[in-house]
Formats: sequence, C-alpha cells, structure tokens
Amino acid sequence: MVATEQRQKLIGQRMKRKEDPRFITGRGRYVEDIVLPRMLHAAILRPPYAHAKINSIDTAKATSMPGVVAVYTGHDIELPNLPYAYQAAGVDNNVNTPNILAKDEVHWAGDGVAVVVAESIGAAFDALDAIEVDYEQLDAVVDAEKATQPGAPQLHENAPGNIAFDWSCGNKEGAEQAIAGAEVLVRGMLRNQRLIATPIEMRGAICDYNAGTDEFTFYVNSQAPHVHRLLFAAFVLGVPEQNIRVIAPDIGGGFGAKIFVYAEQILVGWLARNLGRPVKWIERRQESHLTTQQGRDHITEFAVAATRDGRVTGLSVKTWANLGGYLSTIAGGVQTTLYGRMVTGTYDLPNTYVNVIGVYTNTAMVDAYRGAGRPEATYLIERVMDLVARELDMDPVEVRRKNFIASDAFPFENGLGMLPYDSGDYPKALDKALEIVDYEDFRSQQARQRDSGNGKHVGIGFSTYVETCGLAPSAWMASQGWGAALFESANIKVHLTGKVVVTTGSMPQGQGHETSFSQVVADKLGVPFEDVQVKFGDTLGTPFGYGTYGSRSLAVGGEAIVRSTNKIIDKARKLAAHMLEVGEEDIEFADGVARVKGAPENSKTIQEIALAASVGYSLPDGMEPYLDSTTYFDPPNATFPFGTHIAIVEVDDATGKVELKRYVAVDDFGNLVNPLIVDGQLHGGIVQGIGQALYEGAVYDDDGQILTSTLLEYAIPRAEHFPMIETDHTVTPSPVNELGVKGAGEAGTIGSTPAIVNAVIDALAPLGITHIDMPLSAPRVWAAMQEAQATRGGQ
Amino acid sequence: MYPRAFEYQRANSVQEAIQALQGNEDAKIIAGGHSLLPVMKLRLASPSLLVDISKVQELKNISVNGGATIGAGVTYNDLLANDQLKASYPVLHECVASVGDVQVRNRGTVGGAAAHADPAADIPAALLALGAEFTAVGPNGERTIAADDFFIDILTTDLQPDEVLTSIKLPAAAPKSAYEKFAHPASGYAIVGVAAVVGADGVKVAITGSTYKATRLTAVEQALSGNVDAASIDAAAEQIGDLDYAGDHFASAEYRAHLTKVYVKRALKRAAGV
Repeated sequence: MVATEQRQKLIGQRMKRKEDPRFITGRGRYVEDIVLPRMLHAAILRPPYAHAKINSIDTAKATSMPGVVAVYTGHDIELPNLPYAYQAAGVDNNVNTPNILAKDEVHWAGDGVAVVVAESIGAAFDALDAIEVDYEQLDAVVDAEKATQPGAPQLHENAPGNIAFDWSCGNKEGAEQAIAGAEVLVRGMLRNQRLIATPIEMRGAICDYNAGTDEFTFYVNSQAPHVHRLLFAAFVLGVPEQNIRVIAPDIGGGFGAKIFVYAEQILVGWLARNLGRPVKWIERRQESHLTTQQGRDHITEFAVAATRDGRVTGLSVKTWANLGGYLSTIAGGVQTTLYGRMVTGTYDLPNTYVNVIGVYTNTAMVDAYRGAGRPEATYLIERVMDLVARELDMDPVEVRRKNFIASDAFPFENGLGMLPYDSGDYPKALDKALEIVDYEDFRSQQARQRDSGNGKHVGIGFSTYVETCGLAPSAWMASQGWGAALFESANIKVHLTGKVVVTTGSMPQGQGHETSFSQVVADKLGVPFEDVQVKFGDTLGTPFGYGTYGSRSLAVGGEAIVRSTNKIIDKARKLAAHMLEVGEEDIEFADGVARVKGAPENSKTIQEIALAASVGYSLPDGMEPYLDSTTYFDPPNATFPFGTHIAIVEVDDATGKVELKRYVAVDDFGNLVNPLIVDGQLHGGIVQGIGQALYEGAVYDDDGQILTSTLLEYAIPRAEHFPMIETDHTVTPSPVNELGVKGAGEAGTIGSTPAIVNAVIDALAPLGITHIDMPLSAPRVWAAMQEAQATRGGQ
Repeated sequence: MYPRAFEYQRANSVQEAIQALQGNEDAKIIAGGHSLLPVMKLRLASPSLLVDISKVQELKNISVNGGATIGAGVTYNDLLANDQLKASYPVLHECVASVGDVQVRNRGTVGGAAAHADPAADIPAALLALGAEFTAVGPNGERTIAADDFFIDILTTDLQPDEVLTSIKLPAAAPKSAYEKFAHPASGYAIVGVAAVVGADGVKVAITGSTYKATRLTAVEQALSGNVDAASIDAAAEQIGDLDYAGDHFASAEYRAHLTKVYVKRALKRAAGV
C-alpha cells in the first residue's frame, strides 16, 4: 500500500494525558481498593515516647478481644533488620536500620512496637488500646547539631556521637587559603527545615502468600517495584526473587517517599506467611506524619570568600544532615553524592570544600524527597550568592553572571567529584527570565514603593539553579556507594494486530508515562497514539528496572524505549525487504512505512510487517518470529537541567505576611516530549518548593513528639496562595540520550525555594534583614522585623 | 484512624433528641459532624451514642423580618444562599464564607459551630458582635441565652448536656459590619478573626482565635464611644487591655496580641467605611 500523508510528529505536542480520565473519574485502582478473599487487617502500635527501652509487652488482653486473630511483638519476628541500598562512599557508615518491629528499644515515636491482625480494621484498632507496654523513657534529641555534642543522648552503640558518617568532598586546602586571604568574607548559618512528603495517597501494603508454591504476592504503592522485590528477597525474607511478585497499582503521589523499603511492607509478608491468609496494612494520615520518611533537615555553616568585584574565590561548607532514628534506604547517598557534590550549582568555584555529617536523632527517618539533596544544595548556594551580593552592595544578578560556568565550558567538571555537567547555557535562561519579568522596570517600581511608605515591602528573588537527573552510569553510581545498578528497561512488542505494548521497569506516580512514552513510540514506529499501550507496575510482566525517582524516567527509561523501537525498526526493515523481494539496503523506514527507495509505491506498513512477523509463515533465513525487543539502557552520563526562577513578593509590614505577586520560571530540560506535562510538573514542583519556603515544616518538641501531626498543623500550599505561574523554556539538548531530554520532575522544587526566600529578604533589605530561616511564615517574618527594628533602634 | 464503636440514633424532632440525651449521659449530638468526627477518629472523644439532628426539619428554618432567626441546623451553605441575610448581616455572610471549604460548608451547621465553641471558629465572633441570642430547649422547656453569656471557655458553652440549641436570633439589621480574618495556613481556622459591627446603638467588636474563647472587646468599644473615624479607631485598638492570648509553635501569644490589634483596626475601618 502507499501512504501519502505526512504523519504529524507527536513528540513536542501538548497532548492531554491518556491516564487522566480514569483518575479524574475516580476509576484509579489503588492499594486501598484491593480486597482479597479471607484478607485480614493489620494495625501497628506506636510508642508514646521517641526514645525508650521496652521492658515488657503484655498482649494477652488484646489477643482475646473479639475479631483479633493474632498479636505479635518484635521478638516474635525472626527476620533481619531493614536493608539499605546507598551509603556515603569512601567513609565508614555506622549503619543502623530498624527492626521490623522494635525489639528492646524505640528510637523514634514512629517505631512499631506491636502489630494486631484482625478480621476488621476496627477490631484491630480497638485491640491496640489493650496492649500493655512497660517503657522506660530515655532522653531524646531531635536537632542534628546538638546530637553530635558531648553529653547528648545516644541512640546506637555503634555510632558514637550519633554520627552515622562524616563525609567530605572538594578542595579543602584551596577553600581554606581563599578564606584566609579573602578580600571579603561572609559567614553564616542556614537551616533547611524538615518536610513531610504528604502524597495524597498514603502508604499501604498487602501480601498474599501461597503456601503451595511458597510464593509471595505483594501489592505495594512502590516507585520501584523491582527494587522492592530485590530487597525483600535478597535481604529480608530470605527467599529467591522468583518467589516474590510485587504489584504496584495506581499510585497517588510519591515524591520519593514510596521508593524506600519500610518495615510495614515486610511485616505484611511475614504475617501472611505465618497466618496463611492475605494481610493488608494501610497508613493513616497521622501515622504518615509520624512514620513515613521525611525530607531535608540540614543545618549548614558556611564561609564564602569573594573579591570586591564579586568573584567568589572560595567556599567552605559544613552540614549536619539529620537522618532520623535510623539510616533509611538511600539516605546515605542523598546527603553526599546528591547534595555535597552539587553545592557549587551553576557557578565555577574550584576552591570549594563540603563536609557532611550524617546524624541520628529521635525523629522520623529522612531520605529522598522531591529533589533529594539538590534542593538543599541549591538553597545553600543561591542564598550564598545573594549574601555575597548584599555584602558587596552589588546586584545579585551581576554576582551570578560573574561566577557562572562559561557557556563553552561543557562538559564541565565541578571539582566536587560530580559527573561532568552534560550541557548548559546559564546566561541564556537568565536573560530570558529577566526580559519576561522586566527587571529594570521592577527595580524602579520597587524604589518608588520604598519611597511611598505604604506599609508594603516588595522584593525580587533569583534562583539560577542546575540539578542532576537520570543518574548513571551504573559503575559510577557503584563508586558512590549505591548498592546496585541504575539502568532502566523497556520491552516493546508489536502484536499481530499492529497494536504496540510497551512494558518498562519505570513506575509512574503521577508523571504521565502512559502519554509521554506513547508519544515517543508512536513517532518512532509510526503507529497511531491510541495503538500504544504502556504497562508497568508488575514484576511478573515487566523487565527488571530501577523505577521512577530522580527525574530519570524519560532520560533513562524513555531512551530504553527509543532503543527498543530502533531494534524493532531494524528487524522490520529486514522483513519488509524479504516481503518486497528487495535488498535490505533498498528499504527506507519512515512514519510507519517501509518503502523501496526510488519506488515508494512498493511498501509495507508496520502493521503489515507485524502481522507477517507474528504468524511467521515466511521469514528471512534465521529470523525469529515476532517484533519483540527488550533494552536495558545504562546511560553514559547523568543529565543536568537548569534554569532561572524569579519571584516577586510583597510583605505586609503590619503582619509579616508574604504574598507572592509574580513567579517566572525559565527552565531548560533539553528537548520536550510533552510541554503540557512538563508545565504540569513545573507547576507542581514550584508549588511544592514554595511550600517549603513559605508554609511547610515538620516541628518536633524536645522529647521527639511531632507537633505537626495532622494536616490541621502541617501547612501544604493551596491554589489560593498562588498567582498564575509563568513558564518558558530554553532548549539545550542533552548529548547523553537520543531524545536529547534532561528530566523535569524535580526542577520546580529545586529552583523555587531560594527564589522566594531571596525575594523576601530583598523586600526586607531596607530594614537591615539579611536572613530568615524557613518557612517564612507571617509570624516568623514579623518576629524578624521586630528584631531588626529593635537592633536598629538600639544603635 | 477509626473511632471506637458507638451507637447511632437519628432524631426526627427536638423532643426526640432531648429524650435520647436524657437516656445516655455519654451521648453527643451530631449535626454536620465536621468537628466531632475528626476527634472521634483520633479517639480523643468516644461518645457511646450519637444523636443525629441533621434531619430535624424544625431546625432548618431561616426567617428575616426586622431581626432574624436562624435554625441551629441551617448549614453554612444554606445561610450563604440567603440573600436577605447577606444584605442585612454582611458580617455573618463574610464570616461563614471564610469557614473551611465547599464540602465543610455543605455539611457544617451554624448551630453546631456555636455549640462546639472551638476557640478558633469563625462564627462565634460574628454572633458576639451582632449581639445574638441563643434559644435552647431542654427537659424543662425553652430558655434564651445572650451571646455574651453563651461562650464560657474553650469548647464550653452555657448549654447543658441535655439541652439542644434550636435557633439563633439576631437583632436589627447591621449593614455596616466586617469580618477580618488571618487564617492558619494549614487548618484555615482563625489565628485571629475580628467581627466589627457599627450600629445605630453603638459599635460592637468581637474576636476569635486570639484567645481561648471568642470574646467581646468591650474596652475597645468603650474607648471608641461611638467615634469611628480612623484616628479614633487606631487609638481605641490600643486600649484592648490584657487578654489571655493563646500561643503555639506556629504563632506566639506575642504575635497574636499584635495581630489582634492590627485586625481590630482593619475590621473596624472597613465596617465604618473609613
């Protein structure tokens, strides 16, 4: 047949997400929706103390309550502690991971102490009240810096001073010399407060154990089902991988918190095997604030040296990274590779030294949370650049320009042991953002506003960030303390009917894989978008892959898909040549049609070729039936998205309330497959980052009790808090994958936080305020204004 | 979380509700349930019986005629939909519009919020500033409670355990009024809420959120002595006196004290149109 129409390319189109109708109409299927025959419900007792010895537990009364099937405590469970997958490289890691249920001591108020399994969830909760535990309360510590000081309560015997690791990177001597000889020196301390991940769907796990085959089927809202299976099998349950199947159904948000291995997941497996019935555990919101891995929580001391004309000559950083009560699955790497090695951001600062101390405290574990290390690094360097500008009385834009990595310096080694930055053009994004915001006009408006004394302070803040996505290659990651590989997989089958099924180890939690991946496959194979189905989330039916986090799915998983389509096209050309009785070199494949060069009327569509391949009646010598191709793609390098975010804020002098007036984001993610999805990712990420800047913060009291235990106290941002976000892009393709993409999942969160804080501090500069720790809530801003006024009044 | 087990009884009339309350001293009335159910789910409250008055028709009436009578079972959204109330008592309309979200306003009732007496709830401030009267019915019949006597303490009103709040009466229309609120960014409850009414017979100001119960600011009202120009308002707000300000990890007592003055000024100025 002859295809005459030029097929419209789908890559680059703002296509609506094909998965959305099921989510919007309430037809998503989540762990909570799954009900198995004979299923039991588990509820877990949490301790009233964040640090205590368990002297004894009496479960007799609870066990005899109606509907209760069993009650277990930590000593009943003969399993290893939770595994970990990423440690700080090159230094000792004093590793402590949780028991499945605590045996003799609890180290945070979210440790599990006992589990009740009952016929109904109500009966399980009622029985929790009847468990009697004799605790001996111990002193607690919640602040990472205080935890390292002499006399602080100690959590683990093998971690003196509560230090899990003391890691560093960069040029210590260079930094010290620059600081010693500095023309201008700025020292400071920043807190990057602790955040709660708050996905709308909380964690949950079901296990169905088949005693006949010794097989476990887990239903888990997992960002990485294959990794969960691997860790469950190899490190905890002690059964071979093939005896475990992990199914991740639809997931209502993850933000990192659903990457990790949690005690409750192992527990339902152990319970199901022990009791011979399926067991379900679903987290409740208060339990989520108590137990789910949290984010950030750094205390950072820095010293930065600069010349009087604004060139930064040295930077020394010491960070106390709060790990919580134990070392979480990938926390060691988040605090080192993903933070320490990214501290210099978009700037060429060879004399930089970073020291990170990972510290145990009596709080929930801290691990990767949207951005994972790069938001902390970006916040630090972007605040530092503003503080240098302030000290020098220079425009913060000029200080940034003076220190940017040159646009012709890529691939760029930053001197902190990071992979070379793949590509970049930082002034380009900055210039475009300045133009959109009309910077000069804003500064003159600001001057007029300041003269008017109308009770409002207006300010502008910049964040010229770079981050790293699609971390790879695997061998480099292994050198960084990562315990496995970090490739991604894709299998593509073109079925007899011409329909295409893609399976991948990638695992969306809102990213829109079904749409973006379909666009790529439809373009490559020249099939209709509707004919492509993307499937994931079942270890039985998908090739082994590492899952979705670190903004890796398109740059790594998408490239695996591209390579599988390339292999399919190769085979299709061979088969088409056979069908058309010409040599393979005479076939050209485009837009889903294999044509004979010079005789385009002699052609076969991909669907015709797939039919021939599937039935296999007539194949070239040696060719196997079916168009079926699997790729495991291990990229040669990570990607490094970048951009400029600009915030304009207004602060109410009377109340300290910050109002966001304008937000401009110019990002460079390389090529865009679906700009609509990218905008959505950006909006969500920016809002989440602004949540940290203005609203969010997990608050613990000195005893380790979390005060922000519900959504009545923990403020996540709402639509009403925002103006329309203005997004634009520059395009600097990545050379490390054929699509030229970089990754857009976390950039909004990474770029936005410092832009807001810098804007508020710019607004309050006339009051003499140089820094306020986040969140910049009205009470905190007001208190800072009062303090500034008192200081100035006293001079 | 899940509440402990409880009995449930739907009342078809106020009398049925009273009888149910008399028969069980652990019983609680439920209307919209937006305050009670969350604390039951957290197992902070475990009533043995819930008496549901949400279907009692006699509690759902609104009449506006000179004054107004609002049934205790009127939902927030029913109140917002009443144009006469909006025209006559804008402070109440504004106040109710700032409560929760659409789902909360569809279920939550004006009487429920008053009877629950959450110290950060919005409604009590408006009812105090309007000089409302509360009608309650118990085993001994009906009685009327003035707003100033109704709110006793945190989560405590003058209502007796076997009484049902049936309606709230408002005096003459108060078109010159305003509600100014600084909402907690998480809960949406008032860190400070100020209701101000500039009426023919004087000015009334009441606050919620700042202290442990909704409170009339009589000292400010007296300091104004009827003058509602900007300078008088600024001066009067400074005469707020010693109040027992609440403080927590989000907003200190010092901040609430400051914010209260700021919002008293803003509410009064907007009510007075200055």
